[in-house]
Amino acid sequence: MTLQHYLLVSAALFALGVLGLLTRRNAVNVLMGIELILNSANLNLVAFSRYGTGNLEGQLFAVFVVVIAAAEVAVALAIVLTLYRLRRTPNLDEADILKG
Amino acid sequence: MNAEAAVFYVLAAITVGSAAVVVLARSLIYSAFALLFTFVGVAGLYLLLGADFLAATQLLIYVGGILVLLLFGVMLTHKLYDLDLRSEVTQFLPGVIVSIGLFAVLALTAWRTDWAGGDGRAPAATTREIGQLFMGRYLLPFEAASILLLVALMGAAMIVRRKRSA
Amino acid sequence: MPSAAPSASYLTSHSAILAFLLVVVGFVAVNLVLWKIIRPSRFSEEKLTTYECGENPTGSAWIQFNIRFYVFALLFIIFDVEAVFLLPWAVVFREIGPLAFLEGLVFIAILAIALAYVWRKGDLEWVRTEDRQV
Repeated sequence: MTLQHYLLVSAALFALGVLGLLTRRNAVNVLMGIELILNSANLNLVAFSRYGTGNLEGQLFAVFVVVIAAAEVAVALAIVLTLYRLRRTPNLDEADILKG
Repeated sequence: MNAEAAVFYVLAAITVGSAAVVVLARSLIYSAFALLFTFVGVAGLYLLLGADFLAATQLLIYVGGILVLLLFGVMLTHKLYDLDLRSEVTQFLPGVIVSIGLFAVLALTAWRTDWAGGDGRAPAATTREIGQLFMGRYLLPFEAASILLLVALMGAAMIVRRKRSA
Repeated sequence: MPSAAPSASYLTSHSAILAFLLVVVGFVAVNLVLWKIIRPSRFSEEKLTTYECGENPTGSAWIQFNIRFYVFALLFIIFDVEAVFLLPWAVVFREIGPLAFLEGLVFIAILAIALAYVWRKGDLEWVRTEDRQV
């Protein structure tokens, strides 16, 4: 296995995440797309840590990315739940109350 | 083909295949459960890359935490009794074009670049070294992470709290 | 690309996980397929009802959950992350000594503030005090 193999898997994950981000209306589904993108970034970090410089910093950054992902999901879902309570919809394109 | 390559291809197939299900499935519940396989596949890839602590972290936080939270999100934002769990799709064609283009660019870059490789790091147990880095050079990010968690918890609890006047 | 070969002990020690996975998946698959072939198939309406320890279920299991569950899920994930951070800390605790104790203490203290906050604000109570007075 070489670095390129892992980078290809990561690229595929990233592209699929972007696809989910662009095509879904449901906010929870969009969050799933974001998780895919974060995972692909993490996979890159770990792969470079393994095949590149050979130090542990890449894995350490990946741990912090995971933590930030957890915080992000917690806050984002709170926003989605509040949106659902106010507008009775989980769809992002119907969240247009701020429109002038 | 040696065993490592075989395991890699199986894991890569599981990861990418279930990620495709996450994005393309009609039902939200299917997406959520396919996400489980994506996370587990990525954890396996971490293990193969010699990041055993990170693989455990992935299982603990992503599979045990984030996925549960996302399922909560599904359960809390839908009237489940009429089983209307379909997730609508908009701008499908532009999305597909953009994502295929992105993948082509990324894959071409990844494949054709002559990555300046070091010796690499032989896979070995990492937890002790990560602990030493946390306690030494990366102490400030370590403590900052707890502040981030504090802020996230406070913010999220405040957002979901029902207003007293309501 | 030159890269250090994975040490044999690392891959061998983790291949146990792979073996377990294969056994588990194989066990479930064999049982499902084998019994699918062997068992007689008689359909009746009652078999489709939700299993509720012998009682007849009332209503659907697919209800919308109370939003208050979310605060508990939130607390769970925050302290889940804390546990992950404390794991490497605990591994090197002995060799670093008192300094590590102090550093870990600060980390836990900051998250204790978070717990104190939600506790003080009454998010942990199922029936809120302000609801009770009304």
